[in-house]
Amino acid sequence: MADLTNLEELRQLAPPAELRRAPVIEGNLGLGWLTDKLSAFAEAKVPKWWWFFFVPTAFAATVIFPVCLFYQVFTGVGVWGNNHPDMWGWDIVNFIWWVGVAHAGTLISAMLFLTRQHWRTTIGRMAEAMTVFSVAMAGLYPAIHVGRAWFDWFMFPIPNSNGNWPQFKSPLMWDVFAVNTYLMVSSLFWFMGMIPDFAVLRDRSTTRVRRVIFSFLAMGWTGSAWQWHNYEKAYVVLCGLCTLLVFTVSSIVGLDFCTAQIAGWHATIFPLYFVIGAVFCGFGMMLVLLTSLRKLCGLENIITRSHIDKVAKLTLVSGLIIDYIYLMEIFIAWYSGDPYERWVFGHRFFGQSYWYFGWMLLGINVGVTQLLWFKKIRSNLLLLFVIGLLINVGMWTERFVIVVGSLYQDFLPANWGKYHPTMWDVGLYIGTLGAFFMLYLLFVKFLPVIAISEVKGATPQGDPHHPLGGAPKGGH
Amino acid sequence: MNGKVYGLMAEFDSPGAVLRAAEKVRGAGYRRWDVFTPFPVHGLDQVMGYRNSLVGWVSLALGAGAFMSVVGLLWYANAFDYPLIVGGKPMFSPPMTFVPAYILMIMGAAVGALVGMLGINQLPRLHHPLLAKKRFESATRDKFIIVIGANDPQFSASATLKLLGDIGGSNIETVEDQE
Repeated sequence: MADLTNLEELRQLAPPAELRRAPVIEGNLGLGWLTDKLSAFAEAKVPKWWWFFFVPTAFAATVIFPVCLFYQVFTGVGVWGNNHPDMWGWDIVNFIWWVGVAHAGTLISAMLFLTRQHWRTTIGRMAEAMTVFSVAMAGLYPAIHVGRAWFDWFMFPIPNSNGNWPQFKSPLMWDVFAVNTYLMVSSLFWFMGMIPDFAVLRDRSTTRVRRVIFSFLAMGWTGSAWQWHNYEKAYVVLCGLCTLLVFTVSSIVGLDFCTAQIAGWHATIFPLYFVIGAVFCGFGMMLVLLTSLRKLCGLENIITRSHIDKVAKLTLVSGLIIDYIYLMEIFIAWYSGDPYERWVFGHRFFGQSYWYFGWMLLGINVGVTQLLWFKKIRSNLLLLFVIGLLINVGMWTERFVIVVGSLYQDFLPANWGKYHPTMWDVGLYIGTLGAFFMLYLLFVKFLPVIAISEVKGATPQGDPHHPLGGAPKGGH
Repeated sequence: MNGKVYGLMAEFDSPGAVLRAAEKVRGAGYRRWDVFTPFPVHGLDQVMGYRNSLVGWVSLALGAGAFMSVVGLLWYANAFDYPLIVGGKPMFSPPMTFVPAYILMIMGAAVGALVGMLGINQLPRLHHPLLAKKRFESATRDKFIIVIGANDPQFSASATLKLLGDIGGSNIETVEDQE
């Protein structure tokens, strides 16, 4: 151990201010203040802006959504625009889009935990909630696009009187397991992370109702060293498992496409393509949620500009990977020498229909993403909000180009036909959007939106080896 | 308040202070005691002398069990009970089972991690003597609390009280267990 007597000398060895890491939490006001600050929103009166957003989303979720859902289930898939040759339409586009939104949540929460990035503590919970709600929305589409939703149980390996079993060699079958597992594991992960914070809210509760609810949810958590010891282990294990899921779920969705013999789908790059696309899309949604909630919930000291800057950088990285994949896809289509592949890719940008989607895809996912190179833009929250929205639109377009763009003009005139979404397609999508945001608003208002215990552990006051955390002078 | 004595609790203000205090409690030879903190304090595991948590093994067992069960299920379903020829491929081959088995392994392991954590921590529980204490509420806020159990062979109301005071604990209180 070096001689620590000359503290002044050590201080001079420390990096200059601009090279030092930004603190996780601004203000440096201590653990009690943090607890008050982080639980304040869940305990305060419901603010006006919350109702302003909640009423329309709740209308979409509880009126538009069930109407479109039940009409489709009772009538059949024919109410949608899906028809020969576009047997897959908005249902699959939206399914992939929602799965995609989910992925960044898991990535932020699980992978940044494994790499010990302390700044994830402030945004991890929001990201996990995004995952849980969007996987739930995604899971709905495959369940109803099979047409006869009351036969969904055929997809599960249940011994039945028909004596048949699912066909396990198909990626479509794997999807069933992948999406269900994703929903279940991300919910478990989300819930487990909240247990200590439920205990915080339980101990702070002033009314009997709150006390009973949070006591029930906290399940008797006391925060003993033994509990934390096992909890931390379980958390690491769950993080590892969630990271595996990030790479599994969208890969399998990609396999649905690349096992099909359709030019534009039949490419080995698809599993990776879908994973990265999913992550990119999810980061877009994360930017939208973070920049807005930070302001609305008054969390400027907690979700600092430095954190948002980092999310923007990660968005840029995933955007650059997706740009590379676009390039590769087009290059391989040309390099393969396959006239059908070449024709499909040429058609995406110079065809008769939907060419504008091809250019929109390039304009947003390749063009707009490059704006994130600039620090000025990364520090402009309004711009980041808009860029996040645009990325979501761009990634939705990408899925449309892949799904419909490859189907609508096959190589026989009998297989030509444009795709027109109907009001039921649109209504269902609006309904899922409404349900997602309604659930998210409920989460923001009533549950610990920031991981209180994790944030406290990431402050200097929570570090037993830091002078502010009670370590003796000169370190531990 | 005339229940059985559960133990003595003392408050500390910082993670560093509680860590040093815990070292001393351990040094004094106590066995039935615990430290209650608002977040996991780095280094406390070593002081408490905990070995690697068993949660990982529970998770592994359930994950491996799920993996093998799915392999078995796929063989039973697609090769034995109702042999299904798809694209002239073999009825059963290990690669075909991998993806579903792998996914459900993740499911099993995740359930194992949560259930294992709850089981080993003896949660959920509806009542805990400490949760009835008003002062204990700060253990999820900004205080660090050491509790020495009355069931410890070394526990004595006066000597333990003195020890907790000597190591810097404040607001030392008796915890009662109301049956």
